[in-house]
Amino acid sequence: MAVDKDTVAKIAKLARIRVEPEQQEALTQELSNILRWVEHLGELDTDGVEPMTSVVEMNLKMREDEVADGRRQNDIVANAPESKHGFFVVPRVVE
Amino acid sequence: MSELTGITLSRARDLLTKGEVSSKELTQAHVQAVEAARSLNAYITETPDKALKMAEASDARRAKGEAGVVEGIPLAVKDLFCTEGVLTTAGSHILDGFKPPYESTVTGNLWRNGAVMLGKANLDEFAMGSSNETSYHGPVENPWRRQGDNRPLVPGGSSGGSAAAVAARAALAATGTDTGGSIRQPASFAGIVGMKPTYGRCSRWGIVAFASSLDQAGPMTRSVRDAAIMLRAMAGHDEKDSTSVDLPVPDYEQALTGDIRGLKVGIPREYRVEGMPQEIEALWQQGIQWLKDAGAEPVDISLPRTHYALPAYYIIAPAEASSNLARYDGVRFGLRAEGAGSLEELYELTREAGFGREVKRRVLIGTYVLSAGYYDAYYNKARKVRTLIAQDFHDAYKEVDVILAPTAPSAAFAIGDLVDDPIAMYLNDVFTVPASLAGLPAISVPAGLSGDGLPLGLQLIGKAFDEETVLRVGGVLEDAAQFTHEPAFVAGR
Repeated sequence: MAVDKDTVAKIAKLARIRVEPEQQEALTQELSNILRWVEHLGELDTDGVEPMTSVVEMNLKMREDEVADGRRQNDIVANAPESKHGFFVVPRVVE
Repeated sequence: MSELTGITLSRARDLLTKGEVSSKELTQAHVQAVEAARSLNAYITETPDKALKMAEASDARRAKGEAGVVEGIPLAVKDLFCTEGVLTTAGSHILDGFKPPYESTVTGNLWRNGAVMLGKANLDEFAMGSSNETSYHGPVENPWRRQGDNRPLVPGGSSGGSAAAVAARAALAATGTDTGGSIRQPASFAGIVGMKPTYGRCSRWGIVAFASSLDQAGPMTRSVRDAAIMLRAMAGHDEKDSTSVDLPVPDYEQALTGDIRGLKVGIPREYRVEGMPQEIEALWQQGIQWLKDAGAEPVDISLPRTHYALPAYYIIAPAEASSNLARYDGVRFGLRAEGAGSLEELYELTREAGFGREVKRRVLIGTYVLSAGYYDAYYNKARKVRTLIAQDFHDAYKEVDVILAPTAPSAAFAIGDLVDDPIAMYLNDVFTVPASLAGLPAISVPAGLSGDGLPLGLQLIGKAFDEETVLRVGGVLEDAAQFTHEPAFVAGR
């Protein structure tokens, strides 16, 4: 299925990626081409087939519910573009 | 110096064991080779000081009688593995300046086994690409050239820097990661060995995530034996990755017996695709003959849903990527766009500035196929197809022990040739994606040259967790092929 410019604008919004108006046309074309190509899958009968959830058959292990790591606030904010007093700083969200 | 950089990892290990060379000498030779190979752009970050320190520490350990599996061996690390205190970019602008405060499990295993880090190898941005041209840090040049043609070629991708460094003798080996072919296709393009182990064999912890149900780390080397040694040093269960399996890691070198008598080798008819160059078909036939001569029995098999693997992959991988890449928000690490008036705008502007075109395409496709109203039609459909593709392999392995196929549908192409045609680029992975979707181990072994003098690989795909058979047959293929050709560019020559 081809997508139109409005759909591209909507998914760009959902993906939190700004798409400038002059890029919209080309992107719409590219995404439409890719979506048309993946639609070959429609030819294959998948009725009654379970969607794959895990490629290797295994049971998830249990572990003790214990703190294994922590007190690393400085490490965690070390790479932040902006931090203060051990917190991440973002533009004001509450007036 | 090229006498120390031109040898295999296993030869270097033997020289170190006999005391004929120190890790410091070996590492110094490689640090010079890394510098000499700068024109390839194979490394994003060189770490010569760290390398020499690690080498000295390795020599000190050896003097005390403590030597790991890859003790003193200088390696390149794909810049998708987090390395403590060392810039880790994933080939993206959005991770500018990111120095992880932790070490990935796989690289941690390598250092624990004695290895030395030369630097961080270039790659397609977030491992999304088949040519290394999507890297924010620029394309990598393949050290190979076509005969009589000096145009720079791509090394394949996404582990293109790793492949180029190993091929050009600017590392004894490298780590790669493979989501849909990102180890095997560049190995084929660069004339080296590349192995993707079974999903779960190596821990994914600390590897920048692309598509978590597919991503798997593996070795890139100049011989099958080297791949066996590296895999042993990389693999193992890890509590921090719940999908890593708790199975003992075999000494893979022991599997290289050269004896494949009576082994059944599947030849999948669906891998004979339209438009595949005759020379690749001929090489495949040659590979069948080599294995037959060694006593194996070729068996024609069918993997009927092969044709649908690539479209299923290009739904599943972008879907997972769109979720995994949600973390790049300009708040916690890396790039932050200037001038945002709100948090919402900060996200949008940072991600618009920080992601390249291919990454944006995949995040948008992924967001679309996961969005309300399309989830069943695309994402669930693709996951059902994935079940069928895994079933195809499962059925085939009732009859055969291993599968032989080409690695890629072409030799290396020129930089710029496919950059504007995403689907043509995706088709590079037509022979590698099915094993990825099924989580199976697979190796690419250099087997011959194209008419214009470029390396071509053959691929062996094994049963889950049967890396040993894959390596054993790979070793036989390597012995038969006697691939001793060298690229046009060799560091320090």
